[in-house]
Amino acid sequence: MTHAASSAGGSSLRAVHAWLMLLPALALLALFTHWPIVSTVVDSLHSTPKGARAVVWVGLENYESMAADPVFWKAVRNNLWFASATIPLSIGLALLMALWVNERIAGRAFLRMAYFTPTVLPMIAVANIWLFFYTPQYGLLEQVTGALGLPSHNWLGNPATALGAVTLVAIWKEAGFFMIFYLAALQSLNPSLREAAAIEGASRWYFFRRVQWPLLMPTTLFVLVNAFINAFRMVDHLFVLTRGGPDNASTLLLYHLYEVGFGFWDTAYAAAITVVLVAVLAGVALLQFFVFDRKVHYR
Amino acid sequence: MRRADFLRATALNLLALPALWLSASSTAQAQTEVQFYYPVAVGGPIAKTIDGFAEGFMKANPGIKVTPIYAGTYQETIVKALTAHKSGTPPVTSVLLSTDMFTLIDEDAIVPFDGFVKTAEDKAWFNGFYKAFMLNSQSGGKTWGIPFQRSTVVMYWNKELFKEAGLDANKPPTTWAELKDVATKLTKKDASGKVTQYGVQIPSSGFPYWLFQTLTTTNGAILANDAGSQVKFDDPAVIQALQYWVDLGKAGVHPPGVVEWGTTPKDFFEKKAAIIYTTTGNLTNIRKNAGFDFGVAMIPGNKQKGSPTGGGNFYIFKKSTPAQQEAAFKFIQWITQPERAAQWSIDTGYVAVSPAAYETATLKKYGSEFPPALVARDQLPVSVAEFSTHDNQRVTKALNDGLQAALTGAKPADQAMKDAQREAERLLRGFK
Repeated sequence: MTHAASSAGGSSLRAVHAWLMLLPALALLALFTHWPIVSTVVDSLHSTPKGARAVVWVGLENYESMAADPVFWKAVRNNLWFASATIPLSIGLALLMALWVNERIAGRAFLRMAYFTPTVLPMIAVANIWLFFYTPQYGLLEQVTGALGLPSHNWLGNPATALGAVTLVAIWKEAGFFMIFYLAALQSLNPSLREAAAIEGASRWYFFRRVQWPLLMPTTLFVLVNAFINAFRMVDHLFVLTRGGPDNASTLLLYHLYEVGFGFWDTAYAAAITVVLVAVLAGVALLQFFVFDRKVHYR
Repeated sequence: MRRADFLRATALNLLALPALWLSASSTAQAQTEVQFYYPVAVGGPIAKTIDGFAEGFMKANPGIKVTPIYAGTYQETIVKALTAHKSGTPPVTSVLLSTDMFTLIDEDAIVPFDGFVKTAEDKAWFNGFYKAFMLNSQSGGKTWGIPFQRSTVVMYWNKELFKEAGLDANKPPTTWAELKDVATKLTKKDASGKVTQYGVQIPSSGFPYWLFQTLTTTNGAILANDAGSQVKFDDPAVIQALQYWVDLGKAGVHPPGVVEWGTTPKDFFEKKAAIIYTTTGNLTNIRKNAGFDFGVAMIPGNKQKGSPTGGGNFYIFKKSTPAQQEAAFKFIQWITQPERAAQWSIDTGYVAVSPAAYETATLKKYGSEFPPALVARDQLPVSVAEFSTHDNQRVTKALNDGLQAALTGAKPADQAMKDAQREAERLLRGFK
């Protein structure tokens, strides 16, 4: 009896101890993650405070005006296009580069560094460089196409090519970053697998398809989650390259969100867009972690 | 012994402490701190100049401590200032775009300057600015901003290319018709028919409405009313102005599509454009980097001459103490005195804000050595306010989207302006 009571007291004391240890992290998480999400949802159901006008409850009005906002839908369509191009291309490119610099070739360290450089550089700085790559008439791209005898093209100033141009910058920026993860994963593979494959006479492609690729699956999942989030998060270069133009041809969701929140100061509407963005991203992340995560591990 | 020493020392400290506090609080009372946000939008050692001004002011006014805080671009500065205002601790004063006036009034963030103007000397200073700059600083009979780093759009032309094309290098076009004519002569094509040099280039990325105002103003149209509650995008004169711009592109004498603002000076240096429209703020940059003889001229007119002003004003924030506001007012008055305005103009390329500044020995000497610096001043009598309304950035975006749609050929000019008008009217319905 007394023994049981004392052990129960001991375990509850341990629980208190554990909670106390967790408290700093929990407090930070609640303060900087959970509370902002809750307050964003609350804000999105109210009107925007403007000067002397007080905040009033408006229910779903912000969501209704979002559904009626053509720029919002344009941003959604652009963002889906942007995501469906950047995710597979940057991952594919990362894998290719990682496989290449994983080999024993001359200047390997230099190559690895060259591939990783875009990740290190600040996006605003590289966007300013890319601006001159895309410049009509004397830009780098124009000099190449001009030498081939192709007509001059205003890449950023034409609605048909502006989105493609900003997408390319994003892929260039991301591929090097993902390459690092693939390279680390490749280096951790057991070398005896390669030797065994060589003895069996497996082709390089067969070895990649049946051994390396399945073993890289956990890395691919991790990279995929990151690529997906980045596809909705990476908008820095838009500020320099196109500012969402011409006529919203290259605007993305987060850029539109910034414009609404800090250009138009319509914070309640911006909160509504944020809620949608958070819901989509959280949904995708949960799907990836709970559904795909079970399937990626090689057994 | 040691212990006694220790006790005595502690006792002394305790006795000294209140005295220290007193002296600390008395200096705090004597010194009014004025936080001052400023953006940097042009090249050059702006921060150094601003810090120098602050130090000079503090030397003359020991009771005031001015803390200049570099806050990024104009957009970043207003984001910081308004966010700080919403959290209750804005800067006492800040330089922000003149077009932000209605936004700041609607947010109840600023106070008008009229209340601080008391003496005859104050009044003389208050009325001493160019009228063109005050158009963007006044609303509802009150003055909300004091002009500081102001600019306007002017035309730059390459004299060498004029000579090559057989034109008089010292006679820039002065009308729309002449501009189109000269631009046609200045456009060069290679053997395959590809344009290697455009006659004229008017940038249209980011803030096309500002450059568009050089065309609407000269066509006799004003885009917004003084109260900032009504716009006239579908005015026939406005549509005609846009049609002229679109037609320059169609004629092949102006680059097609949306032209990047940031690379326009470089296009000029590379001789890819013989005539460009850009801000006076680029004057120092172009003077340093153009490897050829160039000229600066007023914007070619159609029905009349004209150009929009631009740039930043001083604002005083509401949520600061009356003492701080008074101190900020003193600082603003000090920094916009003719000698300082003249120095600021030479260092940055901005237009000096008062006629008196152009009468100073410094600016007179600079103007005689480098006459292009005076073109902006001469254009001021016909200059108009930069487009600005309530809910400014949103209404401006409606106009920008329409302009870009027309310039890229997505919509005809009249359709684009009618769509922009409808959107702007919807946005402004609450401000009538």
